[in-house]
Amino acid sequence: MEKMKYKNLVDKYTPKENIFYNALIAFITGGIMGIIGQGLIDFYSYYLTISTKEATVCMLVTLIFISCLFTSLGFFDKWVNFARCGLIIPITGFAHATMSAALEYRKEGMVLGIGANMLKLSGAVIIFGVVSAWTFSVIRMLLGVI
Amino acid sequence: MIYFNAFLFAGIICAIGQIILDKTKLTPGHITVIFVVVGAFLDVFDIYDKLILWAGGGALVPITSFGHMLTHGAILGYHNQGLMGLFVGAFDLTSAGICAAIIFSFFFALIFEPKD
Repeated sequence: MEKMKYKNLVDKYTPKENIFYNALIAFITGGIMGIIGQGLIDFYSYYLTISTKEATVCMLVTLIFISCLFTSLGFFDKWVNFARCGLIIPITGFAHATMSAALEYRKEGMVLGIGANMLKLSGAVIIFGVVSAWTFSVIRMLLGVI
Repeated sequence: MIYFNAFLFAGIICAIGQIILDKTKLTPGHITVIFVVVGAFLDVFDIYDKLILWAGGGALVPITSFGHMLTHGAILGYHNQGLMGLFVGAFDLTSAGICAAIIFSFFFALIFEPKD
């Protein structure tokens, strides 16, 4: 009985996340990121006259540079808190995680601080990406689809 | 038209991620990992290549494209160099992104103080 009462009390005071509103914000910011990406690809392939593939690499590097710079200047954290998945799912989230870990452990020294902890958060992406990519490639090889 | 597709595709992926984040107790780290694995899986039967043709930058900006590029590189490596290519090729296409993230983070971390 007491447990039920307690649970009700906790439910009452836990802040309610408005799922629809959050999803809408993430949809709009994520969509804008997609438009920026496509715009940068068009910009680079038009003005530097390079192929779309190279322009893609340039686009990714530009986005990573921008989000690293904004994170170290301090205001990208607020944007991420506002847009959540709208900025975490794009490649900016990867750069943001790397950059904030590097900044956080900066005072512990160059090797043991920055070097050892930089990939603390984004390392999971690389590890799981490589493991799953390798496994799926082997599966595809065994199926003989290549 | 491709700009509209890019907006729609990137937006839908981000909205799905946000709904998963709100509905379950997973952290943003889990969600990016899930999306990378999904992207790697979608490349097995070349589905993601068609998505890139359809949505352009909208499909290249989300982290799913990271997984796609890893699988794509490994398959391309196997195609060109045989069994060793599975190991050589995996980072072929993604090295630019990882290198850029590491290099910029390192130098900015040396220059800037954390703002907290």
